[in-house]
Order: sequence, then C-alpha cells, then structure tokens
Amino acid sequence: MGVGIEVTTLNAWYGTNHALQDINLNIPANQVTALIGPSGCGKSTFVRCLNRMHETDPIARVTGTVLIGDLDIYKDAKPVEIRRRVGMVFQRPNPFPTMSIYDNVAAGLKLNGYSSRHVLDEIVERSLKNSALWDEVKDDLKKKSGASLSGGQQQRLCIARALAVDPEVLLMDEPASALDPVSTAKIEDLIFQLKAQYTIVIVTHNMQQAARVAEKTGFFLNGRMVEFDSTDKIFTNPSDKRTEDYITGRFG
Amino acid sequence: MGGYARRAIDGGLSTGIRGQRSVKNAGEGKLKNEHTFRAKIRTLSDGAATGLAVLSTILVVAPLVAIFVYLVYKGASSLSWAFFSQIPKPVGEVGGGMANAILGSAILLAVGSLIGVPVGISGGIFLAEFGRGTKLAHAVRFTADVLNGVPSIVMGIAVYSLIVVPQGHFSAFSGGVALGIMMIPTVCRTTEEMLLMVPNAVREAALALGVPNWRSVLAITVKTASPGIITGCMLAFARVAGETAPLIFTAFGNVGWNSRLNEPISALPLQIYVYALSPYDDWHRLAWAGSLVLIVLIVLAVSLVRYVTSRGVLKGAS
Repeated sequence: MGVGIEVTTLNAWYGTNHALQDINLNIPANQVTALIGPSGCGKSTFVRCLNRMHETDPIARVTGTVLIGDLDIYKDAKPVEIRRRVGMVFQRPNPFPTMSIYDNVAAGLKLNGYSSRHVLDEIVERSLKNSALWDEVKDDLKKKSGASLSGGQQQRLCIARALAVDPEVLLMDEPASALDPVSTAKIEDLIFQLKAQYTIVIVTHNMQQAARVAEKTGFFLNGRMVEFDSTDKIFTNPSDKRTEDYITGRFG
Repeated sequence: MGGYARRAIDGGLSTGIRGQRSVKNAGEGKLKNEHTFRAKIRTLSDGAATGLAVLSTILVVAPLVAIFVYLVYKGASSLSWAFFSQIPKPVGEVGGGMANAILGSAILLAVGSLIGVPVGISGGIFLAEFGRGTKLAHAVRFTADVLNGVPSIVMGIAVYSLIVVPQGHFSAFSGGVALGIMMIPTVCRTTEEMLLMVPNAVREAALALGVPNWRSVLAITVKTASPGIITGCMLAFARVAGETAPLIFTAFGNVGWNSRLNEPISALPLQIYVYALSPYDDWHRLAWAGSLVLIVLIVLAVSLVRYVTSRGVLKGAS
C-alpha cells in the first residue's frame, strides 16, 4: 500500500544555485500527483529530494523535513533504506546494459542480498505483469539483454525493476518524454492501474498528460511551488495568474 | 529565383542534372558556374582527404609488416622443436633453445599481472568512482601519468635498490615487481576512462534501487565497463612483455631452468638481448628466432584483445 508524503519548508541547492525554495506540500496516499512547470523550475530536483537522490551530487545540499508515512527521511533513515521504499523511474529508460531482462528486474533484490531462486522467479513475474510487459518478454527472460528491447518496453522494464523491490511510493521523472504516443499511452494506463498499490508522483512537461493521469497537480516556477490543488481546479480555474499563464501557453 | 536553382543550392552536393535544368532560367548561368566550381573543389578536397587517410593507414601498418616479414625471414629457419624444448647450450656447442626463457617470461608476466592488474584496476575505480574531484585523486592521476613516462631502465634500477640490494641476490620476484609497477599506470588510467564512459543513468538506476554505492560500483559500473578494462590490462601486458631494461638489474637472466621466485630467471627479451650482443652466429640466429616468437606471442595477445572487445557488451550501454 502507498503512504502519504508530507513536505515541510524544503530547500535545496546545487552549489550556490538555490534550486528549491520553501516547498510545503502534502502528497496524498494512493493517488497520482503531477508536477508541472517550465524547464529548470525545480520539479525534478523536488522528486529527487523525496528519495534522497539529490544528495548523490557532491555539490548538492538539502534542508527541511520530508515525512514518508511516519518516517522522517532526512533524520531517521539511511539513504539506501529510503530508496528501497521510494522507487524511481527516470526520463530516459536506463536498463542495466549487461544484464538479461530477468536480471534487470531482479537486480534490486539480488544486489541487496536476496537469492532464493523460487522467490525471485515469482517476484520477477509479478513485477513484469504489473508493468504490463510480461506477455511481450516471457519467452526470452534470460535470453535477451534489457538493452535489446524497444524504448517503450525498456521504460516498462525500468518500472518493473522499480516495483520488484516493493516500494510504497513511485517517483516518475518525465517517464514518457522519450517515448512515442503509443508507448506513452501504455505508460499512462499503467500509472492508472498502479495507483491502487502505490503513491505516485510524476513530473511531466506534457500538460495533457498531467490532466489525464493525475488527481492532484502542483505548478512549479523558478524553484517555488506556485500552486497545488486538484487537477481539475488547476486546469480549469487556477487561483494564481502565473499558473493560468503557463496552462494557457502564454509562457514556458 | 527559379525553384530548381534554389534547390540545387540548398542541396549542397548537387549533381549536374539540376544545374543544367537551372539554365532554363535566363540570367542564372553565373550561379550555375559558381555552383559547379564549388562542387569540383568539394570533390577534389574529398579525394585529397581520403588519399591522406589511406596514406596514414599504410604508414601505420608498414613498419609492423616490415618488422614481421624481416623477423620471419631471419628467424623462421632457426625455429625448431628444440627451440621450444631445450635450454641454451654452452658456448661452442651448436643447437639449444629458449625453453627456459619462454617459461621465465611466463612467470615474470604472471607475477607482474598479479601486481599490476589488481592495483591498477583498484586505482582506476578510485579515480572514477570514489575520489572524483578530490585532491588525492588529482595526485594519484598525476603520479600515474608521470609513472607512465618513467624510462623502463629507471624502473629496473629502482626495484634493484628496493628489493635486490636488501635481499642480496637477483630474483624472478624482483623482475615481476618491476614489470608489475610498469603495468599499473596503463591499467589505472584505462580503467578510469572506461568507467567514466559508463552513462551516469546506469549508476543512478542502481542507487535508486537502494543498492549501496560500493555494491553498485562493483556489480553494475565495473561490470558494464569490463570489456574496456580488459583491453587496458591486455595492452599493459603486451607492453611489458617486450621489456628488457627493467629485467637486467632484477631478473638478471639464467642459462638454466628456474621456476623459483627467489632465484634469477631468464626472459625472452633478456635472452634476445644477450644473444644479439654475442659474437657467435649461432646465437644470433637464436636471437632472431626468439624475437619472432616474442612478437607472435604479443600479436596473439593483442588479437585476444580485439576478440574480447568486438564481442563487447559495452556497446549496449550507449
């Protein structure tokens, strides 16, 4: 089951660049929350703060509180533990190039020390079914490399890989921006199904996509969150002039 | 301006057909001339560049072919079963072989690789993954580059004073150490380069799964870069396989069999060096044969590198 996320006065820097300024936000459990905004507005940085990936950059710095469920991720836990509970899917599909499809999905478990064949087989199958890829790859699980799949399949493979470690939250950083419309539609269907089990946060440049998949939408601009509300409200009757200008295409 | 002519200009490398059509429009002859003139220049410079490239290729290949042909001419006749099975005969006796030198080279290279490969790869991993941007990494990288430029005879003297003098005798071990130290910078720097070629997305994917950094480096990044790292090791290996200078003061050479690490040992380059400088025709012939065997072994090693890299898994990474 997914859990809610509570963000309080989150600030983030890259070197001297103050990338996120005083973000306060409550992300509801088992819903899809979309983050929109022009390039460089901080939405990717924001999701990377939710699984402590931001700090893998040596010049990056974060202050503030992020509660995932009851867990204060910057106080009570190590980054690796957080990242097992908060899965992430990146903009460009990034399967491990030297691994088979099976090993790609099992990687998170294997590298964290799980080795029971039987359990792994079961988890790999379930994850691939959950990411709607099972039927396309079930015959060459161990024969084909993850890199030999098409872009859309690779992205679903990456989703399966993230699901295999059984996270509570799934972060998606523009998961469909490198894909064609058919693959995009598949990913969106998938997001719709996955929210029953996971809390999903999706960063997107595509406003129609946000409108299609998300219950809640947040609008970011220049490192600040301008507005956060139900998707309907944001797209039909935003309270902030800047949101309206962005939605209607007047800038960005 | 006529549509044809405009298209001919836009098209860049256009053929004469389009140019001829543009003549239909009066007043565009000048344009056409200019166009065909430029096309001619382009064709010429293309030909010149191709010619230069072919010439350079020949210049690269020619010395190797010349050396190899000359070695076969001089050395092949002295190759026999005895060359690979017997040890050198005393001066004055005809025949004998370099079996002990081949074994010696194998032992020295094994010791050298055991030292050079693990240290070099670990250093490369440090430079690319853990020490990125630190002062220590800059120092290590600088040291490796300087070490790469140290003349091999100096390496021999250094190991002589560090190991041979304290021990009081020449040894296979000290020779292996000298070769190993010479391998380190090449292995280290190629490992670093290869690891840096692994896309950052692959590292992030592993970290985002909650895999600890050290484990992600060993199981994902190094594995992805392994074909390139192996190439680096083989290149370093091939380079030190032909070294004579660092062995003169360390392995010293040996006319008899030896497979013990604490005694002087023979090596192919060393034996060639001694035989080539000797006044005996029979030894000269053996030196030629030894050179041929040495270069064939190095070619085999490099071919192995080619084979490994052509099947490389790294291709899928980009």
